[in-house]
Amino acid sequence: MLDIDFKMYKKTTIARVKGELDLVFAEKFRKEVDSVMEQNCSDNILLNLENVKFIDSSGLGVILGRYKKISLRGGKMIIVSAPPQVKKILELSGILKISESYDSETDALQAM
Amino acid sequence: MARNNQMKLSVLSIPENVPLARVAVAAFASQLEFTLEDLEEIKVAVSEAVSNSIIHGYKNCPDLHVDISCSITDDILEITVEDQGDGIQDIEQAMQPTFSTESARMGLGFTFMQSFMDDLQVESTVNSGTKVRMKKHPIHLTAVKAEAN
Repeated sequence: MLDIDFKMYKKTTIARVKGELDLVFAEKFRKEVDSVMEQNCSDNILLNLENVKFIDSSGLGVILGRYKKISLRGGKMIIVSAPPQVKKILELSGILKISESYDSETDALQAM
Repeated sequence: MARNNQMKLSVLSIPENVPLARVAVAAFASQLEFTLEDLEEIKVAVSEAVSNSIIHGYKNCPDLHVDISCSITDDILEITVEDQGDGIQDIEQAMQPTFSTESARMGLGFTFMQSFMDDLQVESTVNSGTKVRMKKHPIHLTAVKAEAN
């Protein structure tokens, strides 16, 4: 299962991701995030991963892909509230070194 | 000591069977004294191996089979994920994680398998298939064995 709840905050897309980010749902994540950001002419994304129950390299791949796309346009990706196991995977991939991460949406939006 | 046990699962090479495989293996593994964190790590390792078979072994062809077998012997969990797909030409190169290509995901997958399991062996023959063998044992056992030695 994968559901994404989108919200706009100024020019930032807030994506609250719920469920599992694996091979089954990687494509859905990619399509929905790209489509919403395009529709809203948004360059920045805040990914709230609080309700992500599972992630592997397929899920990581689409997050990294979105990061690259956004960075090329001069935008920012911020990752928020990743649960411990998800955070471990993100850390191993190195993405937390290149994108910012915060423990809450409020902290992240303030920093933006 | 947990009772020795075995399990075999043969699934169609479709993405929907990736979560099935990892949950089934985690359920099997829970017979041993793994922590919840260990079980989450095992789920990732299995997810990676089965996804690799589907994406790289079978190039997303949905009507082939991926075979997953598990065993518990002397409190050691062994997981084998096998396909009859394209195989890997250069296993060492395939295990290098980079982010720029399709094959990079395979490398990252192997990195996770290596990080989360105690042992990883990959056998592969081009056009014949790939067999990934992984082992993991509950942590407290290492301490006990070390003391015994």
